[in-house]
Amino acid sequence: MNFSVGLIKEMSTMTEGITEAVSEAAESGLNIQNHVLCSDFLGTGFRITYTTMNTWIIMGVLILFAVIVRIKLNKFKAVPESGFQNFIEAIVEAMDNFVGSNMGEKYSYFGNWFFGVFVFILISNLIGLLGFRAPTADLATTACLGFSTFFLIHFMGIIKGKKEYFKGYFEPFPFWLPMNIISELATPVSLSFRLFGNILGGSIIMGLFYTLPAYVKVGIPAALHIYFDVFAGCLQTFIFVMLSMSFIADKIPDETK
Amino acid sequence: MENQFQSIDPQAFILGCSAIGAGLAVIAGIGPGIGQGYAAGKGAEAVGRQPEARGTIMSTMLLGAAVAETTGIYGLVIAIILLFANPLVGMLGQ
Repeated sequence: MNFSVGLIKEMSTMTEGITEAVSEAAESGLNIQNHVLCSDFLGTGFRITYTTMNTWIIMGVLILFAVIVRIKLNKFKAVPESGFQNFIEAIVEAMDNFVGSNMGEKYSYFGNWFFGVFVFILISNLIGLLGFRAPTADLATTACLGFSTFFLIHFMGIIKGKKEYFKGYFEPFPFWLPMNIISELATPVSLSFRLFGNILGGSIIMGLFYTLPAYVKVGIPAALHIYFDVFAGCLQTFIFVMLSMSFIADKIPDETK
Repeated sequence: MENQFQSIDPQAFILGCSAIGAGLAVIAGIGPGIGQGYAAGKGAEAVGRQPEARGTIMSTMLLGAAVAETTGIYGLVIAIILLFANPLVGMLGQ
């Protein structure tokens, strides 16, 4: 009897510890609801969240980089001399080839759009390394990206596929139309939830780990950061762009036709 | 026995059940585990048979693994919602 009472007490202290860890993790900005930085920005009624702020920071960095590249573009020569020009040419060419091999050479101009998306998601995922809250750990960001892909899929489908696009809804049988519509609507949801779930899951695991006692926090977080932030971040970026490309390529006719 | 149940705080009861539900939701991870393992195994087989097509096989494999992962991510999202943004607790007051 005494033993069982002791066991229950032991268990309740254990669960208290876990509850504390979870609530601490929730307070440290992991809670997906409660990450508001400022509920009324300068009296204008705008709600500023960590996501908004970090997205602005990323946008600022990217715009600055783009402006620098644009200024340096005037000095670029036909035969690259500087390492910077080599670097820029290499990444632009890599993206064009990547898009071209997935969507067909004719549509390699999509590289312009996908390069922006790629860099934005990549930096959003990697910014967790600097102690910021990743913007992609917020469903609002990923839903935006998912729905822009959704828009591109159907816009390109209508202007390039024309009749075939609408015919695709009635295949394999005409009464399969509701199923086809549901599967089209599920595309942006699955795209955005995949990115969101991966990044948020990683950041929650990291947050829980950081609430552990100090002696286990030597060296191990580095390995976890490499897995959850660098590896998963790069992989999810790649997968998001790759899936968007194959969904769009599904709707547009092949260049061989 | 009745008194015991009446003395339970309804919020605590909902939170406890939500935690169990979150645990059950993450069981969805079994499916993607099997699917991704299958994709990786077949990818390794394909590379062994045709090492020169490594790049194409790799990206196809990653694409397949990502699609297989979706259902697991749905489970994870439901678990996260139950733990951190529980909609059921808000219904108590009404």
